[in-house]
Amino acid sequence: MSEYDGLPGDWQLVVGLEVHVELATATKLFSASANRFGDEPNTHIDAVTLGLPGALPVLNRNAVELAMRIGLALNCTVKPCTFHRKNYFYPDMPKAYQISQYDEPLNVDGFLPLPGGKQIGIERAHLEEDTGKSTHIGGVSGRIHGSEASLIDFNRAGVPLVEIVSRPDIRSAEEARQYLSELRAILVAVGASDAKMEEGSMRCDVNVSVHKPGTPFGTRCEIKNVNSIRSVGRAIEYEARRQIDLIESGERVVQQTRHWSEDDGRTHTLRSKEDADDYRYFLEPDLVPLDPSQEWIDAVRAALPPLPAARRQRLADATGIAADSEAAMVVVERGQDDYVLSAASAGGDVARVLVHVKEAFAEQGAEPMVPIADLAKLTSMELGGQLTATQAKTVLAEIVDAGGGDPAAIAAKHGFEAMAADDLAVFVDQAIAEQPDAWAKFRAGEGKAMGALVGAVMKASKGKADGKAVTALLNQRKG
Amino acid sequence: MARTIREITAGVRDGSGTATANLEAALANVTAREDEINAFNLVLDEQARADAAAIDASAKAGDELGPLAGVTVALKDNLCTRGIPTTCSSKILDGWRPPYDATVVSVLRDAGAIVVGKTNMDEFAMGSSTETSAFGPTRNPFDTTRVPGGSSGGSAAAVAAGFADFSIGSDTGGSIRQPAALCGVVGVKPTYGYVSRYGLIAFASSLDQIGPFTTSVEDAAVVLDLIGGHDPLDSTSIPVERPSLVEAIRRDVAGLRVGRITDLPQGADPDVVERLEASFDALREAGATIVDVQVPAFTYGLTAYYLIAPAEASSNLARFDGVRYGLRVDAADTNAMYSATRSAGFGDEVKRRIMLGTYALSAGYYDAYYGKALKVRRLISDDLAKAYEQADVLLTPASPSVAFPLGSKNDPDNLLSMYLCDVYTIPANMAGHPGMSVPFGNGADGLPVGIQILAGTLNEVDMFRAAAALERAAGSEGVAK
Repeated sequence: MSEYDGLPGDWQLVVGLEVHVELATATKLFSASANRFGDEPNTHIDAVTLGLPGALPVLNRNAVELAMRIGLALNCTVKPCTFHRKNYFYPDMPKAYQISQYDEPLNVDGFLPLPGGKQIGIERAHLEEDTGKSTHIGGVSGRIHGSEASLIDFNRAGVPLVEIVSRPDIRSAEEARQYLSELRAILVAVGASDAKMEEGSMRCDVNVSVHKPGTPFGTRCEIKNVNSIRSVGRAIEYEARRQIDLIESGERVVQQTRHWSEDDGRTHTLRSKEDADDYRYFLEPDLVPLDPSQEWIDAVRAALPPLPAARRQRLADATGIAADSEAAMVVVERGQDDYVLSAASAGGDVARVLVHVKEAFAEQGAEPMVPIADLAKLTSMELGGQLTATQAKTVLAEIVDAGGGDPAAIAAKHGFEAMAADDLAVFVDQAIAEQPDAWAKFRAGEGKAMGALVGAVMKASKGKADGKAVTALLNQRKG
Repeated sequence: MARTIREITAGVRDGSGTATANLEAALANVTAREDEINAFNLVLDEQARADAAAIDASAKAGDELGPLAGVTVALKDNLCTRGIPTTCSSKILDGWRPPYDATVVSVLRDAGAIVVGKTNMDEFAMGSSTETSAFGPTRNPFDTTRVPGGSSGGSAAAVAAGFADFSIGSDTGGSIRQPAALCGVVGVKPTYGYVSRYGLIAFASSLDQIGPFTTSVEDAAVVLDLIGGHDPLDSTSIPVERPSLVEAIRRDVAGLRVGRITDLPQGADPDVVERLEASFDALREAGATIVDVQVPAFTYGLTAYYLIAPAEASSNLARFDGVRYGLRVDAADTNAMYSATRSAGFGDEVKRRIMLGTYALSAGYYDAYYGKALKVRRLISDDLAKAYEQADVLLTPASPSVAFPLGSKNDPDNLLSMYLCDVYTIPANMAGHPGMSVPFGNGADGLPVGIQILAGTLNEVDMFRAAAALERAAGSEGVAK
């Protein structure tokens, strides 16, 4: 199932993730400038965003609400909290400090259940402001060092972020992938963020260490610049092996921040603990403590939509598939689960609709154009033996292309006529007669032998026979 | 004798006076004495004349006039004024014109006040004599060999010299009250959050508060009633109704409990102590009760202040890097440009406090310095809160001495002598309480002495009642204004 290799010997991986997500607010965390990605540089700026002397921050209520949604969806406790200044000097941070939350964050002590059931602890999910964006020109690989000029876009400065810090509960690259997928699905479901790693609205720092079971955790390294869920897994595996190689060759892992390079698939030293910044945190004197009322918290909780895990369970209950099956994961992630479930009231077979939607609706959004009645009718025809699986696929493809259509009409157009039970019986008996060996084995209980018989029927009927009906008939003949 | 705001606005309204005449009187004083006093970084005479003419035209047309129509005001140069240079008396902001008005500036303009100019100050409000200004010191109008106090020395001197009917300053550790005392004018630092700080260039954000300098307690009440209020742009401005101070000063002090701090830090000059005693007598005679209170932590205010204020300043001033606004000194590369700009742009006192504050906040030192200072700050608030259970207001000197000679407290090896100027004023900032200085007679060399009146959070009413009573007593004593 996993595309990752795991660790050699009895080495155990320990991973914690720090995920930053940009909130989907209309305006910035502390000013009225628009929070919009991809516009002309420096068009969404103002005195607060630029940190002009005398300008003061005013907290965006909607950002607090979205942050609370995230916290509540992650089973956190929402608490009275404060803002601190994190002081460090960088060209894209106009005040020379970032307003963040330090020892009193908004959300604490939650957990995220992975689809398989394991719970990953959430230490905190706090509010902070994003920095501007620097583009370094003329240097090596876009780094500031050695560049000829730096351009700064302050559109992103002051965009509200929530930083979600997991506990070091993740034990494999696959679990990290699942955690991030599930987290992203939750963020999208609660409307807090579009959570697009490729656009930077969801960013991930990875803390990796290795140890042997029964011994204390090893020294950890933090990996930055990991820009896709897939890269997170690669970076974790690379970094774990690097650390194991160090330890096994008698060296020590040094605590440091490392930079993931997509190009060579390695992590590189960014800075060690000794030259880590001293952020000189202190309480932000320009803001007052934030103390969400219980009524507010209750209202936000009550308004939370069903979360992906609950929605997958609903699909599972309606179709009989496993809640952590790929079909359930994919369809819920696309937000097409309500659509699939509506097939029941349209007289369709929900389980078959689920398969069709999973296979054929990848390009559709949460509200597909195809009327659900068309899909419902298609599945009825399949179950009634009027269409084979192969024919159904053809019909489905046309329906999707056209944004809807009557399956019966499309089937008729293709000449996909229902094969009468009598005709099918003729083909089955013919196959038994032509393949006595296979028939004998099948009767003796060798299930594998059935394939040859079904194949013969399919060939003779030119694919018009329904596989399920053939199987049923063979079993009936067997007695 | 200065006319009150009420008299000036009444004249403009009823036609017996004009905004222009009032402004010209102020500008005549500027012409006569600004060269020796240096109260202003910038005199806006041209714009002020246009503004006065516009008000006079409105008055003539019978239009509705604002509550300060035709009244002249001088603004401390750390208040942002749209399109008008705002320097904090520092080279680092060279050439910067803010794209917006501070909230207090908009409120005053909307009320019809005429801005005469931007006043000199200690650089970034760090100082007690206006000598750390990058544009030369301001001199005390009573004696130009002496300082006007600071950091709002220009604003205090401007009112004392008749350059404006009132002025606006900011007070982080005494920067309104101490210069008010030294220049013989009324100066008020209201409760933290009483007046919006939006557009005030920060020194120490948790301590900074804006307030007026005036020639009378009534004028201070008029101005504060106008500029006080919640501002959605300043999260720390208090969202409650402020009682009218103009109403408050009509009440006497009968039954008012006036506290004498028995463990007040020593060090005030005898002439100042003598005036403080006289102020207790005056209030007792006016019907107040004098009670003894103790505020043990008062004496630690200075030490804690010189950790907290620089710590915040080190953060607030980190943004001045030569990139987006103000001074830029070109150099070989970006890092060298930052260094060159900040080295040339900041004066010694500012650099000293940036280093002090950075150190106090640093890992390994935080608990011993900044952390401990926060605990002291809490103690001061607690002790003062206890005192205010027994007394409605407290009286102390606003300054340990009358105005001192220029250069007399600038020895870099003995900076404490300058820092001690604020020993009586700092605790109110630490606690966020209001405090004001009212002239109460003269001390050594006939120079003015200011009495500081302190009160609990949002108890400006009792503070102004006491101030008005002291002012009446000073008047009947025949004290020179």
